[in-house]
Amino acid sequence: MNDMMKKLTGDSSFDLGNWVLDNIVTIIFWVFIILGMLTAKDLSLNGFFTELCNRFYRNAFLILSLIIPVIAGLGLNFGIVVGAIAGQLAIIAVRYWGINSELVGGTAFGGLGGLLLMFVIALPIAAIIGWLTGTLYNKTKGQEMIASLIVGYFGNGVYQFIVLFLIGAVIPVAAAHPMILYDGVGIRMSVDMGSTTYALDNLLQIPFVPFMIAAAAFVLLFVLWNQFIRKPKVEGQSYKMNPLKFWVYVILAAGVLAYFVMQLMTGGPMNDVRQVPVVLMLVIAALAIFNQWIMNTKLGQDFRSCGMNQTIAEANGINVDRTRVIATVISTVLAAWGMIIYLQNMGTLNTYTAHNNVGYFSVAAILVGGASVDKATIGQAVTGCLLFHAMFILSPEIGKAVFGQAALGEYFRTFMVYGVIGLSLGLYVWRANKRAKLAMPKEDEE
Amino acid sequence: MGKKIGDFINRIGIPTFAVGLLLVVLLIAAGVMGQSIPTLISDILKRVGMNGLLVLAMLPAIKSGTGPNFALPVGIEGGLMALIVCMQFDFSGWALMGASAVLCIVFCIILGWLYGQLMNAVKGAEMTIATYSGFSIVAFFNILWLAIPFSNRKMGWMLGNGLRETIQMKGFEADKILSDFLAFEIAGIKFPTGMILVLAFFCLLSWLFFRTKTGMAIFAGGQNPRFAEASGLNIDRNRIIANILSTILAGLGIIMYSQGYGYAQLYNGPLNMAFPAVAAVLVGGATASKASIPNVLIGVCLFQGLMTTAMPVMNQIFTGTDLSDIMRIIIQNGVILYALTKVKSGGDR
Repeated sequence: MNDMMKKLTGDSSFDLGNWVLDNIVTIIFWVFIILGMLTAKDLSLNGFFTELCNRFYRNAFLILSLIIPVIAGLGLNFGIVVGAIAGQLAIIAVRYWGINSELVGGTAFGGLGGLLLMFVIALPIAAIIGWLTGTLYNKTKGQEMIASLIVGYFGNGVYQFIVLFLIGAVIPVAAAHPMILYDGVGIRMSVDMGSTTYALDNLLQIPFVPFMIAAAAFVLLFVLWNQFIRKPKVEGQSYKMNPLKFWVYVILAAGVLAYFVMQLMTGGPMNDVRQVPVVLMLVIAALAIFNQWIMNTKLGQDFRSCGMNQTIAEANGINVDRTRVIATVISTVLAAWGMIIYLQNMGTLNTYTAHNNVGYFSVAAILVGGASVDKATIGQAVTGCLLFHAMFILSPEIGKAVFGQAALGEYFRTFMVYGVIGLSLGLYVWRANKRAKLAMPKEDEE
Repeated sequence: MGKKIGDFINRIGIPTFAVGLLLVVLLIAAGVMGQSIPTLISDILKRVGMNGLLVLAMLPAIKSGTGPNFALPVGIEGGLMALIVCMQFDFSGWALMGASAVLCIVFCIILGWLYGQLMNAVKGAEMTIATYSGFSIVAFFNILWLAIPFSNRKMGWMLGNGLRETIQMKGFEADKILSDFLAFEIAGIKFPTGMILVLAFFCLLSWLFFRTKTGMAIFAGGQNPRFAEASGLNIDRNRIIANILSTILAGLGIIMYSQGYGYAQLYNGPLNMAFPAVAAVLVGGATASKASIPNVLIGVCLFQGLMTTAMPVMNQIFTGTDLSDIMRIIIQNGVILYALTKVKSGGDR
């Protein structure tokens, strides 16, 4: 088996055991989802894909905001919760002014303009919070992940203090405002997003099936071009994938292409899947490109150096602490924007709870995609987002189908969220410790 | 003078000083506002008794070098499972307490041993992994509460399968059974003798344990692992023993908590129980690598005292908003963050 894989991948150092360990979480999820699809008989295919796509549009931006801290060696930033909080503060501010000015006949700050205003206001708030958390991470080096988790809780406390008490008690607001609690202090449990709801989603939509056909065709052509036509920039360098990977891509892309063409011809259930919000997809793609682009700049190289070895980075004249703060600030700002995108899709902001699970879910998703404490790519974020949310949709269905209890499935998916994070972080540290132990005796012999 | 105050604050630690000061201010405020001080002190004593063992569970873990036991729910679920199993067989009153304590120790030895193995595998990142072990085990037990066919009607829903969210201890004649044991009242202050005695007993036991050879070895391993290893101590084994002890204390702690509270809280009840306990021991002056029994006792008194006093005082000043819970969140996590900034990073990773 191992030899066969070596031949197929064209990589002589390939080790099946290691590969399985590297991808254990992803494998578990694939198995779970395939079994789920087989058992959950009540599930309609178009319903499933509508829900999955919806969740993808909602969450992809948030998950992508995790990549830069990983590369900069900060690990998985559970502290994107405070970024989300910054986004929510911006939403509250814009909605408050919007409703106020609408009452006197002014602009409601709705639609796309209102959404952009939220982005603009969230930027400085998130940047300041990001700077503070980044500074804190520098003081807790080696323990960033637990610190980031607690930062989320701490931020939640401060946020609640602001929205439940300061607004009204210190910051003057109109007591009769529909967003303010009855006694004039604090924001209500839920804030309606008004006409900013779907402001990004509804901008330009195309049907799902043609979109998938175009996407699959693009991937297929790109892979073929990459393998056979693309010329390397530098002599001796090659973009070619190993044969196994190449064929997997080609067969998958061709299969998807064929399937959706068939769906289009026969008018199958896929035609009922919700339309694709093109502009939102472009925004997500833009973030992916930004992530890729920044890695080619001096700053990106600094991130990478800090992530590899702080001592060496410092010796090379990189200001490690400053670089790490910048990485945190970027991540926090992106998380704030991600939260705004998430909420424009949801339509209502649950003032006191919306941010609570953002950290866990996003981190679990990127880990499911195969990322770990020290490596994360855009591909992992995207596949992780899809796999994780597929599990999320399927769990209650499986609970219902197999045990007759949807609640069981819901508890099971919570278990998967925490279990995935625990398992992949635990495996990562365990293997790093094992490597360190193996490396130690050798040093002694010298 | 200023320097003296600075020295004083440094000696007792900023968290201890700040929380202590706040507690004094709140107590004075409560007195001025006409709250009944004896009632407040009774409540503080009650909550100290209820939470004491859970905080004491931090001691062996910190001493062994694993750091504060963020996986407290591991032990808690063990204790709850013991309680539920005994309830299933209709034990009640003292028999329930005794039987569940014994069963709890059995469960917690197994769970603690497994958890200790895990902690040894992930040295250097114990706190993060511990937190997620705690969360995972809560989610796992959520499934168990629903899936195991417990049949005692006092614990089930009216309809359908699975256990209730909260189970009344009253139904098993165990409501406040320890709290009321030998309890007496002086000047309006109700003293929960039973709970305080149990807490004192376990403090004494811990104190004695850390004077035995094994106890000292655990402490030595926590202080300086390399040196301890060089002097022939089996650190991994000692860390496992310490984590088993911590897990047992957590399990017994939740039994004590449940009887004092009057309800056994299942499902997500234990999810966030580790954080107040961690914060309490840190408030008592412990760090992520150093703790003592006085730290535990001072910590639980100050932290629980603050929580008990804050609620009525804050509710009187700011009617309508529950600021005391927000204060708890901020102080609890602020204290943990502060302690994290003092952790020396174990090697450059």
